[in-house]
Amino acid sequence: MALDPALVGRSYPPSAVYEVGRQKIAEFADAIGAADPVHRDAEAARAAGYPDVIAPPSFAIALTLSAAGVVVEDPDVALDYSRVVHGEQRFTHHRPIRAGDRLVATPVIEAVRSVGGNDLLTTRVDVATEDGEPVCAATSMLVARGIT
Amino acid sequence: MTARVRAADVAVGTELPEQTYPVTRADLVRYAGASGDFNPIHWNERVATEVGLPGVIAHGMLTMALAARAVTAWAGDPGALVEYHVRFGRPVVVPDDGTGARVTVRGKVGALGEDGRARVDLTVTSGGEKVLSLARATVQLG
Repeated sequence: MALDPALVGRSYPPSAVYEVGRQKIAEFADAIGAADPVHRDAEAARAAGYPDVIAPPSFAIALTLSAAGVVVEDPDVALDYSRVVHGEQRFTHHRPIRAGDRLVATPVIEAVRSVGGNDLLTTRVDVATEDGEPVCAATSMLVARGIT
Repeated sequence: MTARVRAADVAVGTELPEQTYPVTRADLVRYAGASGDFNPIHWNERVATEVGLPGVIAHGMLTMALAARAVTAWAGDPGALVEYHVRFGRPVVVPDDGTGARVTVRGKVGALGEDGRARVDLTVTSGGEKVLSLARATVQLG
């Protein structure tokens, strides 16, 4: 079933607040092998000009994945997740995510296309602090392979 | 910010040091936990082959993170990467053989902006194939 072009622009409610913890940042840094002390040592982070330890630049996925999942589960979108592959990903950072951030993720459907029997869904998740300070935007394009 | 590579030291065509990162099944488990992506194609051989994959594959986002490490290592500051865009290419198949896969990242400065930003164009391969068919990172220089 092709994605409805009328879905473009559909926005979803903001997520619950995600509290960014030092341990989670360290866990993520460990998982990708990022050894820079700014991910683990607040002193090192402050020496580098940051208020606290900062997350690696793709860390936002830890909160935007579930936010974008809300879109996939929308009955009007109804992507068959077993046929979905991640096509593209983009991050735009206003500043690094850091320990202590209280973040809210708000998804919006940016684009819907059908190409060669595949459905392409582009979702942007805007990440801001609870107080409304923009932190980053994570845009993912998912490809739902057509039934052949 | 004092560790950041300086604009005066960067030109269009500047090459990043090539980096190679190992990826094992254990890494996929760790990344699944850290990212919250528990898609079984990244840890379950039966499911991966059932959906037509050659075997368990790495999360595209893990490959993206590894390529970013090459950029931030060169930039001298993980906070310097302000924009990052990738298109996922061939999957990184991670065999359960004790060695796993290796991802190689090469990069070159493709453009410099008036705002002190450098666009780095990356070539990211594994087993000789491009695993990211497009990978561009923008670094705010010091």
